Formats: sequence, structure tokens, C-alpha cells
Amino acid sequence: MNRNADIAGRTPSGEPGFRERFLAKLFMGMSPADYSRSLVTPFNLLAAAILATSLPVFYARYTQGLATVIHANHEYPWGLLLSWGIFAGEPLFAAGFVVAAAYYLFGMKQYRVLVRLAVLGGMLGYAFAASYLLIDLGRPWRIYYPMLINFGPSSVLFVVAWHVGLYVTVQLLEFSPSILEWIGSRRLHRWATSITVALIIGGVILSTVHQSALGAMYLITPGKLHPLWYTSHLPLLFFSSAIYAAMSFALLLAFAAVRYFREQCDDEFLSQVGPLTLSLGKGAALAMYVYFVLKVLALAQDNNWALLTTPFGYWYLVELLGFVGIPMLLFTVGVRAESIGLIRVSAFAALIGIVLNRVNVNLIAYNWNQPDHWSQIIPPWSENIMILAMVTLHILVFRWIMNRFPVTRELPEYRGLH
Amino acid sequence: MNDDTPAPPPQEQNTRRGITRRRLLSLSLLAGSAALGLPRPASARPEFSGWPKSYGMLVDLTLCVGCRSCEQACNEANHLPKPAKPFDDDGVFNEKRWPSAKAYTVVNRYPNPTNKEHPLFRKIQCNHCLEPACATACPIKAYTKTEQGAVIYNEDLCFGCRYCVIACPFNIPGYDYESPLEAKIVKCTFCNTRIAKNELPACAAACPSGALTFGKRTDLIKMAHKRIMENPKKYIDHVYGEREVGGTSWMYLSGVPFEQYGLPGNLPKKPLIELTEGYLSSVPVIFTTFPAIFGMLYAALHKKEKKNEHSSREVNHEQER
Repeated sequence: MNRNADIAGRTPSGEPGFRERFLAKLFMGMSPADYSRSLVTPFNLLAAAILATSLPVFYARYTQGLATVIHANHEYPWGLLLSWGIFAGEPLFAAGFVVAAAYYLFGMKQYRVLVRLAVLGGMLGYAFAASYLLIDLGRPWRIYYPMLINFGPSSVLFVVAWHVGLYVTVQLLEFSPSILEWIGSRRLHRWATSITVALIIGGVILSTVHQSALGAMYLITPGKLHPLWYTSHLPLLFFSSAIYAAMSFALLLAFAAVRYFREQCDDEFLSQVGPLTLSLGKGAALAMYVYFVLKVLALAQDNNWALLTTPFGYWYLVELLGFVGIPMLLFTVGVRAESIGLIRVSAFAALIGIVLNRVNVNLIAYNWNQPDHWSQIIPPWSENIMILAMVTLHILVFRWIMNRFPVTRELPEYRGLH
Repeated sequence: MNDDTPAPPPQEQNTRRGITRRRLLSLSLLAGSAALGLPRPASARPEFSGWPKSYGMLVDLTLCVGCRSCEQACNEANHLPKPAKPFDDDGVFNEKRWPSAKAYTVVNRYPNPTNKEHPLFRKIQCNHCLEPACATACPIKAYTKTEQGAVIYNEDLCFGCRYCVIACPFNIPGYDYESPLEAKIVKCTFCNTRIAKNELPACAAACPSGALTFGKRTDLIKMAHKRIMENPKKYIDHVYGEREVGGTSWMYLSGVPFEQYGLPGNLPKKPLIELTEGYLSSVPVIFTTFPAIFGMLYAALHKKEKKNEHSSREVNHEQER
């Protein structure tokens, strides 16, 4: 169980000096030369190629303006970069709050081994969402303006800004025990774990508000968002779909951990992944049924049935039946048959559905009645490469942390302290 | 053209004096509701239907001939960059244009369904809503609706998120997508500095066909309905902007449906802020009730846990959480 203890987590009272200990942790116990050699892998070469291709695009963004690299113009101020980076990403990153709430607040003890992984997924996700924003904002260094310089509390975006800002902080504090164990600071560690429950409740509040606020942002566009997607229930729909997105993302994170970071997982984690996947699959299936019914209720409330036979209606049905209905049924079958593989497939399909829904609201069904709508919403290659580069970076940072911090394993000297 | 000569507006644009819905919402969000924790129905608040003596513009679309004099006057009065094609070049009508970082206003041509010989023209600019969606949407409150009627944008506060562009029901705010690090919103100012000097907005002063009439908004509404009454065959019975999204300072008269001019026909009559204020007032409720609900839940589960601990006398790290 503790086979990694000697690599990444020497006891704070260990013999080597600070510098040696630090370098050992940084290079995962290898010598710098060995470590560099270990980096040459096909995946890393591909990642390097993607990042190298994207560099001139990022450079162009900050020297020649947004118009040269992303699709954003007068009628469509937000392109795929924001749709993907913020609206589609954040429901997935609710994983941190959903799993933490299950364990700390709802008393589901079996989730203990997954809490840190889910919180890491959430924290990193939010940090990256903020990075997408820094690419897109006209004057990124003013990102703190809604917090300090001037307040626009009538704006839903004001609510989003505050909640994302606070929630990133809360998640960093939630994850801090892992970092402090890595560093080996016992005193700070004790302090950080003592405020956990308050943090978790704060995280639930901030997440609830900000996931629903992302949907509420579009309440102000009744003339511009297609009536099949525009509904007064947008906040509730965004929130409820974030719940199953979070569960799907959490169970896929656990899959990624056992598949790609097996040597970083302790036996307890490895033995719990199966039952946890089943449990999360159950939760996700239930949440999807709730979401599906809410979607149909919204349709019925606005009496939009007739629109279903228009081209946008067919597209709406593809989203609702193909990417909510089918994953929901797959989850159900998977849970009944206790098939971990099928649950993972369902989770993946459900996440595609989430991305599709958010891109529909942001881009495809937005300003749908402009005459040249379809030719306007196709992102250029440069925008796609930026997205690809951000995803690559995201994976690299996640891997860096997974390989070092005690996320999917418990260090013996900290047992029972968190 | 100028039935009303503009009266000297107040020296200072003191928007703090009056109570607007936005201000009330701010106050209730920041203080009141947080303590009360109850969403209040919109009707409990005083209605705001625009500053009483604000100015407006009546655009009689039946009179516009597409000469683009207004575009040129606007360009000169606001010291905007010279366009690539001169103002007398009709070639610009072959494409659909929007106001942009380089032009506060543009004139577009639309096909005329009743008379193919005479196409339709519309000048596009900010409509200066009475309760602007851009100002509602701005998280930094960079927009102000002045008592004179103009919706003014403050570049010094803006961080360039473009949510105002998303929110604007008329697709008006232009953004400088080509500026790498100094991008800003660019939009019609209703020539608020000229109005302050008792001058007409540049476009209205330049219009040779009488399509633009500047005046007090309340007077313009009366004038518009009078024109419709006197000429029921010429106009459709609708003053566009009188009620749309709670009313706009710029209003339109037309002989064909307004959608023909690209003006959205699917807008609600109520101000768009009313669509989000219900949600916003629920935020303090979540902050008030969630800690109590989840705190109780935690306490209840924790107590049970402690009890188990005592009964089984089994101390392991699980129970300390």
C-alpha cells in the first residue's frame, strides 16, 4: 500500500536536507538526467507538437487582437473558445463539490478515497476556465474589476465572477491538505483540515449559485436564443445537468487514475473504484431522469411542441433523446447489470451531451434568426488549436500533480489526520 | 424637424438622485434581501418607466432615402476614422453592415416587399433603451442611462467580456476585435455632449429628408401616433420602441412590418432586467438557507456517528472526520 512513500513522501524528519528532498519530490525520486529521459514518450511528443503549433496563435492573440485568431464578430461575440472553456467545462468541474458533499455532508463514507481526486479535478478545471477567460477578455489584467473596482450587482455575470473567484479559493483550500502533505507541513495541515466542513458547505453554496448562474446569464436573451433552448428554467436546467456531469466526470477521473496512474493509487483506492463507479453511475442515472423530466416540463410550459418539427426542433431532439435519453438508459442498464465498462461508456456519452447542450445555447441556437447564421458560427483552425493546446496543458498539469501529490493514496504518517 | 428645441439639460448628470429599478435591485441584493432571505415579487417595487423629461428620436422609416448623410455627419462629429468606401458610394448597400468599432451608425438597404422599385433603408444605431440590457448585464457597471436619455459607456471600467453584446436585443454594441490589448466597446452616444450644448445630435442635424425628429420622448410618442392617425394607409399602427423591451429612446414608424427592416419582432414588452431579477433575488436565499440546512444535516449525521463510536468503543481514524 505504501510503496510510493519512499519516492514522493519522505517523512518530515527524514535525513536528507531540504534541497535534496525538494529535488527528489520534483523529479519523483529520479536523478535529473533520468527524469529528462523518462519524459520522451509518444504522448509527450504529441503534446509538444500541439503546444508548439499553438504558440504563434497565442502570440497573435496578444499582438494582433482576437479577430485574427478566434471566430468572434459583431453578432457572435463569444466563440467556441468560451463555449468549450467555460460553459461546457464548468459543469464537469462540479465533480469536486458533488463528491465532497457526498462524503462530508451526506455521510457516504465510501467516497473518502475519491474526495481528493474529485477536488483536484474541480480545482484544476476552474483554474483552466479562468485561463480561457484571460485569453478572451479584451483587457485581461482587469479581471478583478468586478470584485474591487466597480460593482454591477444587477448582472448575472457579476454573480458568476464573484462565485467563480471565491470557489477557486475554496477549492484550493480544500485541496491544500494534499499539497501540505507533499511539502510536509504538519502545523498548516492541521489548520487546513480543521476548516474542512465549513469549506465544503461554502463550496456547495458557491457551486449551486454559479452553475445555475451560467444558465441564468442567458435569461436576458429572449429575442436571441432559440425558443426551444430559451426557458425561464435555464438556471435549474444548468444546475441539474451539472450534477450528472459532475458524477460522470468523477467516475471517469477514477477510471483515468486506475488506468494511467495505477502506481500512484494505494490498494484501498484500487479496491474502491469498482463500487464507487457503480454508486456514481446510480446517482448520475437518477440525476439524468430528473434533468430529462425538467427539460420536457420546460418544453410543455412554454408550449413549444410545434417547434419540434422544424429543423431546429430536430436538432433539439438529437440533443435531448440522443445525448440525454440514450446515456440515461445506458446508465440504467449498466447499473442494473453492474457493468463498470458500460457505466463508463454512458458517462462519456453524457458528457458529450453536456458539451453539446452548452454549445447549443452559446453558439448554435444563439442569434439563430440572423440570415447568415450558419456560416458565422464555424470556428477557424486557430481557435480549435488554441482549445486543443489548453486541453493538452490541462492534462499535463493534471499528470504532474497526480505523479507527485498524494491524491489517490494515503501517506502513512498522515493517516486519520484529514 | 425640430418641433422641440432642446431645453438646457441639468448641468450635472446626477443619476444618483432618482431611484431606478437597477439601483433598488442593487441595494436589496447587497443588504436587504440578504437579511430577509425572501425573493420579492417584481410588482412590489416601484415601476421605472424612463426619466420623465428625457430626449428621444423618432425615425420615420418611410422618409429615409438612404443618402447616408447621417453616417457622414456622425463620423465627423465624433472624429471617427474615415471609412474605406466614401459616404456617397452605394456599393456598401450590397452587404449587411452593423455599427462597429469604426462607425456608431450605418444605413442598410432591405428589399421592399410591396414595391420592388423602391428599396427600404434603415439607419442602425443604439436605441438607448429606457432600461438597457447592456447596463443590466455589465458586471462592472460601465454603462449609465443618463436623465437626458443617452446610454453612455465608460471605457475605463470595461474589461472586455462582451456580455453586453450578448445581452443587447438589437445587436448594437460594437467591439474592437482587432485591438490586441485595448479593445473596447464602441457605440452611439446620442451626441450627449452636443445635446448638453443645446445642439441637435449630428445625424438629426444632417438628415435632409425629415426622417429623423429629435425631441422629448413623451412628445415624440404623441407625434408618432398623430402621424399614424392622419395617415393610416401610409403607416402600420405600431410605434416600434414605444413598448419594446420596456421602451427605447429611439422609436420607429414604418409602412411595412418592422421585421422587414431587420428589427426583431419577438421582443418582450417588459424590460429585460425583469427576466433576471427573480433569479438574482434567489441568490441571497441560497446563502441564508444552505448553511442552516447543510449544517443541520452534518450535525445530525455527525451525532449519529459519535453515538456509534461510543457504543462500539472502536476508535479508528474514520470517526474523527
